Amino acid sequence: MHLILFIIFAGFCLAGAINLLLQTHPINSALSLIVVMSSLAVLYLLLGAEFLAIAQIIVYAGAVMVLFTFVVMLLNVGEEEKTHGSKAAKIIGFPAIVAAFSVLTTVILAIQNKLGGVKLSDGVTPMTELSTVLFRDMLLPFELTSVLILVAILGAVALARKEGHR
Amino acid sequence: MSIWLFLLFSILKVAVVTAIFLGGVAYTVLLERKVVGRIQNRWGPSRVGPFGLWQPMVDGLKLFLKEDFIPAGVYRPLYLTAPLIALGCSLLSIAVVPFGSQDITVHGVKVFELADLNIGLLVLLGVTSMSIYGIALAGWSSNNKYSLLGSLRSSAQMISYELALGLSLVGVVLRTGSFSLADIVKAQSAHGALSWNILGGGQIIAFLIYITAAYAETNRAPFDLPEAETELVAGYHTEYSSMKFAMFFMAEYGNMITVSCVATLLFFGGWNSPFGHLFPEPQNIVIQALLALFWFIIKVFFFLFLYIWVRGTLPRFRYDQLMGFGWRYLLPIAMLNIVGTSLVLSALMANS
Repeated sequence: MHLILFIIFAGFCLAGAINLLLQTHPINSALSLIVVMSSLAVLYLLLGAEFLAIAQIIVYAGAVMVLFTFVVMLLNVGEEEKTHGSKAAKIIGFPAIVAAFSVLTTVILAIQNKLGGVKLSDGVTPMTELSTVLFRDMLLPFELTSVLILVAILGAVALARKEGHR
Repeated sequence: MSIWLFLLFSILKVAVVTAIFLGGVAYTVLLERKVVGRIQNRWGPSRVGPFGLWQPMVDGLKLFLKEDFIPAGVYRPLYLTAPLIALGCSLLSIAVVPFGSQDITVHGVKVFELADLNIGLLVLLGVTSMSIYGIALAGWSSNNKYSLLGSLRSSAQMISYELALGLSLVGVVLRTGSFSLADIVKAQSAHGALSWNILGGGQIIAFLIYITAAYAETNRAPFDLPEAETELVAGYHTEYSSMKFAMFFMAEYGNMITVSCVATLLFFGGWNSPFGHLFPEPQNIVIQALLALFWFIIKVFFFLFLYIWVRGTLPRFRYDQLMGFGWRYLLPIAMLNIVGTSLVLSALMANS
């Protein structure tokens, strides 16, 4: 059961990602990205991370992508023209990807024993456990991340405000 | 219990709930027309059947038989999927709502809930956030200025009010310590109406924020700017006709019912009677179940009536007022409510 669901939603995920690149219209690409994010949420759910799954839906598929489509709709962006791409990218691109992936696979295979294993049918992690880790054991990194995000927001406001001197 | 029995029960439950839900949607429309009629000193529909009770059926038939017209300039794939997304999200959210006591089971399957999830409340928020796409894409793909303006307004409005909506629920979650809707109701069952979150839980501010934000989320008056008739023809569904229009219509009323259900569950004790254990409980399990359903439906009906009452009473907000109200007032008050609730809760915990 878990495996069937995994295969279906992994397929959706890949199909959405490929479609995202192939579509010429920005709104279609944005919608494919929503498919990718929603299928990722299902994959998280299969791994037992229910909070992560629903946070993925609410934050990414629900809020971030709505803003994307909002901007696309507001600017009324038309079809994009396909360029032929740079020659260098065509020549180097494939070998570079192959090299990068082989390095990644070798590293993962080499330290396989040290990484903890996860099964698809693992039980659901209760949210109390997650919050204990997040708000007690990892409190400092958590708070630092929120400060980082706050700085990013302030930066965005400062950039947007630069021209109008008030 | 075998998987096939579970599957059979689930399909049965889904069929029954969907049928009742759609029937509820149809008769909420009638209720609205009747009540708004009375508020405006007229009768409302009264010709078809006794008290106009057949009106929803006839309306449905009419919408089915109308010509399904697709304008020339629309972006077809999205134009066709948008009403599906809207109605689908609306139907999906009822799946996590528990209608009655969790103790009543048949062969180990809970009778009064489709899916008992640990994260039921969050799933509701997630589905709400996805339902924006139905409206946004409908407006954009229609290739119509009015539709586009309506959908832009609705996207901005729904994103803004979703924050206040989510934050207003945190107080309730803090009190219960669980995101499961059934647990939230159980936590309010001790002393009848006194232990409901709105009274004994001290969440009345949260309730007012929730109901305001939920009206904005469902695009209902006084926040119905996405379909403001006087400015935007019909807003995001201007270009839709026949069943596609009916799907948006059903989605809106379905969302109203879901919001009423959630308000009942979170703040008004769900299926618990307001008298608590004052009266002896009936021994028969069927009567118990029906009594629980009765209280639940009464409360949901009250909220639906409130929706209609508000629509008949309040004038529409101006757009900048709407945004200012959401960000400057609702959001800070919701945050203060969280801080206050957690302070009180931690003080209580330190005492005990």
